[in-house]
Amino acid sequence: MGETFAEKILAKYSGEKKLVSGKIVTVKPDHLLTHDNTAPLIQKIEPELEEYGIYSKSLPVIVLDHVIPAVSEKTANNHKIIREFVKNYEIEHFFDVGYGVCHQIMVEKGLALPGKLILGSDSHTCSYGAIGAFSSGIDRTEAAALMLTGETWLKVPDSIRMTLENKLRPGVTAKDVVLHIIGDISASGANYCSVEFHGNIKQFSVEERFTIANMGVEMGAKNAFFPVDEVTKKYLSSIGIPPSKYSAIQPDDDALYSKELKYNLSVIAPVVALPHNVDNVKKVTEVVGLEIHQFLIGTCTNGRLSDFRIAARILKGKKVHPNVRLLILPSSRQVYLDALKEGIIDILVEAGGIILPPGCGPCLGAHQGVLAPKERCLSTANRNFKGRMGCKDAEIYLASPATVAASAIHGKITDPRKGGTLNEDLEIW
Amino acid sequence: MKIWKYGDNIDTDMLFPGKYVYDCNTPEEIIPHLLEDLDSSFAKNVKEGDIILAGKNFGCGSSREQPVIGFKAVGIAAVVAESFARIFYRASINQGLLLIECPDAVKAYSKGDNVSVDIENGKIIIGGKAFSFPSLPGEILAIRDAGGLLSYTRKKLKKNSG
Repeated sequence: MGETFAEKILAKYSGEKKLVSGKIVTVKPDHLLTHDNTAPLIQKIEPELEEYGIYSKSLPVIVLDHVIPAVSEKTANNHKIIREFVKNYEIEHFFDVGYGVCHQIMVEKGLALPGKLILGSDSHTCSYGAIGAFSSGIDRTEAAALMLTGETWLKVPDSIRMTLENKLRPGVTAKDVVLHIIGDISASGANYCSVEFHGNIKQFSVEERFTIANMGVEMGAKNAFFPVDEVTKKYLSSIGIPPSKYSAIQPDDDALYSKELKYNLSVIAPVVALPHNVDNVKKVTEVVGLEIHQFLIGTCTNGRLSDFRIAARILKGKKVHPNVRLLILPSSRQVYLDALKEGIIDILVEAGGIILPPGCGPCLGAHQGVLAPKERCLSTANRNFKGRMGCKDAEIYLASPATVAASAIHGKITDPRKGGTLNEDLEIW
Repeated sequence: MKIWKYGDNIDTDMLFPGKYVYDCNTPEEIIPHLLEDLDSSFAKNVKEGDIILAGKNFGCGSSREQPVIGFKAVGIAAVVAESFARIFYRASINQGLLLIECPDAVKAYSKGDNVSVDIENGKIIIGGKAFSFPSLPGEILAIRDAGGLLSYTRKKLKKNSG
């Protein structure tokens, strides 16, 4: 019997010959990702750091992204504490305010690579399965212990094989695919599992795979994985990483999966996740016309160049509805620069968009676009939990960048497909 | 002893709102905001020894250990749920908070039932009926029994350097 991706990679990192799901192993990850939470995290272990030092200068990757630029004296001081820690312990991988969202940085800077094992004190650490890494979220205390010891335990997960068949239709995107799957299997449908995507995946760019893997945690998954193929290799070589720098781990064809699911992409429609659960998924046609007050395109889920290209194609020469706000949140400085060079930012700003600094922005409700009671936000982010954007009496709806851009023009939820309701003249597809 | 009963998919924003994540880290700062957007009576009335009962996927969402630290600090004896989200599950082991995954026990509960937990024998008793729950694997139990991951790690470092 063959092995799944999770069984193979955890065997490699634990030094075991062969593993089966359920076994507990000790692993040493290649990197430990932390962000603004590094300050409270290191404060937990100050005496130990002083006595034993950190496990390795190259293990941590620290990115300031969650509340940037600082919103209060307290957050400013957190950032200061982190900068001092980075200096004192000569941390090799530090990205200060302005670089972007930690997950985008991990991939863009080549820190997450095929066949690597990465843990991070952020739930969306599962994103790097997009390029064939095993990556998973942990809590702050565990990250603190990892800073000291470099190792932790993992349970070898059951694996779910999801086969994506056929091609998406125009106007339907990777975001619709992952929301559709979560709506199908529920927010706990992949709890504790490794999710592998197979089938006609070559139609998805690394950016689109990122969107799907990023939301693995929203179905409860431990990690989400795309096999490494020509698309991955081409992307990595575009950021200056030749195949000699990584060694991919691929699951066997006869691996044993706890569940096998098939999705016919050609019948998936644009969808929206309604408040207050990510698995409360409806076809956009069921909610067309619902009034929205704030729109958000960006975040680690959908804040990359291809997302803004779609938004710009829809918004070119148009204006967002006068009663609404459209927030644009690039996931990194590099994305921002690329969007500037392509003229995308001009189009979005002329349409009425407000550009936020590359980071987590309003996604976690701390600043930069907090909602008022009874307001609704249509967002490309990954969560629509009650209170998520700072107000428990507001509502968050999740959709693709195409749906959000098309809807911003009308101030109402709009079908982004050609000929869609409210949208007869959209000719971009 | 009070039972706090909640439904499915209680997410980390309901347990502890994201807007406080970078302002509140100590138990004193965390406790007033516990379950703020879910049940405003919780933080005011919770007492040592209380038990939380919940449905599926308790703790889904962010990597957010504040609710775990808060539950431990106010003396929650156990969180019993049909299932837990994995980061919350790990965080609870790492803070030494007792989680019990036992769907039958949750489903058997009716308002007013007495609830007690017998950790040694892996049993939860609800309204006179006993339900078994599996013990954690030895190496993980050792973390919880050390009072959490930090004290476990301290011991390990001391042992290795000594």
